[in-house]
Amino acid sequence: MDQNPVNTPHTKPSPRILGSVLVRALILLVIFLGLAVVLDPAGALGKASLYNNLFQGRERFPYGENPQESYNMTINNLDAMFASHQVSRPRQADEFRVFIFGDSSVWGTLLSNEQTLAGMLNEQAIKTCDGRRFVFYNLGYPTLSLQKDALFINRAMQYEPDLILWPLTLESFPGMNPSTSPLLGFNREEVKRLFPASDLPAEKEQTIWNRIQEQRRGLADWIRFQIYGVMWAATGIDQDLFQEWQPAQRDFDPDNTFNNKEKFDLAAALDFTPLTTGISLAGDTPVWLVNEPILISSGENSAIRYNFFYPRWVYDDYRQALQNEANANGWTYLDLWNLVPEGEFTNSAIHLTPAGQRLLAERIAREIERNLECE
Amino acid sequence: MSFQNILIFIALILAYRLLLKKLPRGWFLLVASSLAVFWLQPSLPIRYLDFWLPVATLALAILAWVITTTPENRSLKQNLPAFLVIATIVLLVGLTRFISPTGFLAPSRPPQTTTIILVLGALAAITWLLSLRKRNPSGLLIGGIILLIVLLVILKFPPLTTWVSAQLRNFTGQSAALASPLDIRWLGFSYIAFRLIHTIRDRQSGRLPQVNLQEFVNYVIFFPAVTAGPIDRIERFTGDLRKPAEMDSTRFVDGSRRLLAGLFKKFVLADALALIALNATNASQVDSGGWTWVLLYAFAFQIYFDFSGYTDIAIGLGIWLGIVLPENFNRPYLKPNLTQFWNNWHMTLTQWFRAYYFNPLTRALRSSKRPLPAWFILLFTQVTTMVLIGMWHGITWSFIIWGLWQGIGLFIQNRYSEWAKPRTSALTSRPGWGKAFNAMGIILTFNYLALGWVWFTVPDPALALQVIGRLFGA
Repeated sequence: MDQNPVNTPHTKPSPRILGSVLVRALILLVIFLGLAVVLDPAGALGKASLYNNLFQGRERFPYGENPQESYNMTINNLDAMFASHQVSRPRQADEFRVFIFGDSSVWGTLLSNEQTLAGMLNEQAIKTCDGRRFVFYNLGYPTLSLQKDALFINRAMQYEPDLILWPLTLESFPGMNPSTSPLLGFNREEVKRLFPASDLPAEKEQTIWNRIQEQRRGLADWIRFQIYGVMWAATGIDQDLFQEWQPAQRDFDPDNTFNNKEKFDLAAALDFTPLTTGISLAGDTPVWLVNEPILISSGENSAIRYNFFYPRWVYDDYRQALQNEANANGWTYLDLWNLVPEGEFTNSAIHLTPAGQRLLAERIAREIERNLECE
Repeated sequence: MSFQNILIFIALILAYRLLLKKLPRGWFLLVASSLAVFWLQPSLPIRYLDFWLPVATLALAILAWVITTTPENRSLKQNLPAFLVIATIVLLVGLTRFISPTGFLAPSRPPQTTTIILVLGALAAITWLLSLRKRNPSGLLIGGIILLIVLLVILKFPPLTTWVSAQLRNFTGQSAALASPLDIRWLGFSYIAFRLIHTIRDRQSGRLPQVNLQEFVNYVIFFPAVTAGPIDRIERFTGDLRKPAEMDSTRFVDGSRRLLAGLFKKFVLADALALIALNATNASQVDSGGWTWVLLYAFAFQIYFDFSGYTDIAIGLGIWLGIVLPENFNRPYLKPNLTQFWNNWHMTLTQWFRAYYFNPLTRALRSSKRPLPAWFILLFTQVTTMVLIGMWHGITWSFIIWGLWQGIGLFIQNRYSEWAKPRTSALTSRPGWGKAFNAMGIILTFNYLALGWVWFTVPDPALALQVIGRLFGA
């Protein structure tokens, strides 16, 4: 370090040696990148996690666009997502495991972990007849997609749930929501295996450079996510709860369309495949479908629309179609669409306030206790 | 400097070394460094300020040269080309306003070309007038130092920065209500000012070597070191600049090694630690003392890897260019006491303060008519030096307290060493005991420094005090 290279005697002409060094460096770089493409280190590392080892597991899946504030971030590696979640910790002997899948209303946008549906249900301290504790796990993820939920169910079964709660809404059904969950694109092969007829957007042509970029990003995200474990453990924060938000829309134009479509035969258009697939993936584990509460507005033109998402005709048709399908298949189905008063919604027609979540949790807890039938 | 900036610097230097070997190094550096002060300047909300601040950097360098150089070294023939190169670069960067509406080379769209020409003309006239002097009046040199200190105070004292920002906003017709200290971020000015003060002080004491304008400006804005130092000495820098320095395998390997070490420290270690380092936000979010220690240690290592990483990058790029910049860090956290730590942490800054503040002040106090006790001289000089170093980072209570923490720590350690030396020398000379004492010193010193970093990273002193309380279970 202290040697002065300027004064070091040099013997050979520079450009040739410099060129040779550069060529060797380039060859090494190509070998390194080639190995990275073949070995896919991020993929291989997915199951390894500091969570549940060095730090406690997370109480909900990693998701966040502002990691510096929320100490949480979006990663699309399903193995890493599950490995970071407390669901992957060993099962306790006195535990009755309940997994809750669903969208952002389950994940808990604008809610702390204690205020989410899982948190509120855990607060109810329900026990089975033989004295086991009901432990509710928040496996929701903030995108509206039943296919995504089924993908999670497929992965989650290895963690041995005793009961599955699956809150859902019309927008989660295939074709009912114009956007596609990025998670599905990142786990394309698994989605295609579960849903061969799935209409995922066509995959971009994968050049070797794209693959290197993707793997580099995957690896960097995995490392960053592990490091954020320190902040999660130190603060218990996994969402920026102080972000500014706009209240959900209550007044509407006299618009009767659903996703810009005029009235159509919804029952014929609804695709229940993700539900049947999810329930079949659950095997012997009971699955309760819950039609999640929506904001029923009393504002302008609320006679036409319930809320920003749904005109009344489409939502009424959906409820009827889902009830019919549940009856036909013998599914356990709770329709709680109108359980929560208008004032208990936050920034969306499906995001509840803590008081709204408590109402929902208490209602579900009552149903569970009613079903226990202890003698 | 971002990773992208550094990659472009690497490509630029390699291109110069491989393709433009005929271009003299001094001229290459002058062009590259002059462009770099525009290119690296952060974008600012006050209209055209992010163009005028780099211009001011170049102008200050030129004016400092003209007031510090002797008449025989101010020959037009020798120095006019450098002035013209700088003026041409300013003009060319200004002309990019016709290429891009959002800024190209400069962070945002440059001002009107006629305004730039007028400013360059004024600069040329002032430089010419100053160059006509036969002697260097000391008032001009003192005025130069005062100007630089005033500018530093404006930039470092948030209420004053905000006030100046409000005046500038009024001048440009923007809302003064939105004025903020972040409005005036002047690329590398803390380092540039210290380099300039060094040249002026050395001129006053007759130690300044004779350098031409090109060499002087290169010293002040040498692009690898413009953002984060180190603060070189002009005689050392120009010594390297004047030596022939062809790129060869040894130089390439040495430079690459430092560069890679720096990139790893900064962009892998420091950036990873930054995610969990103690800061103003998370300081109030952590409840447990244990985790607060983890975050504090993360900050201690983050700031080290960040800063020493940038230094390694600057030294590595410098080696490629044949300029061996001075070392700034030498395993500081492995030193067994505070004095040794400060001899090995940001060494060029502490050497600067030693040369231009601590030593002259100590001499003055020792030779004062009323004899002062030695312990008082030590306490006063060490504490004020460290407080000034703290204020160099920002004139806020947090940095002042940090400086006091360091100064008082240095004084206590000095007194303790004096007291303990004769009492423990027999023990420390025994095999094993010396190492144990050394290890204990390292641990104590590191933790004292870590606690000091709380004041540095948490800008609210009340919160910093809470954090320190939490660290000890309060």
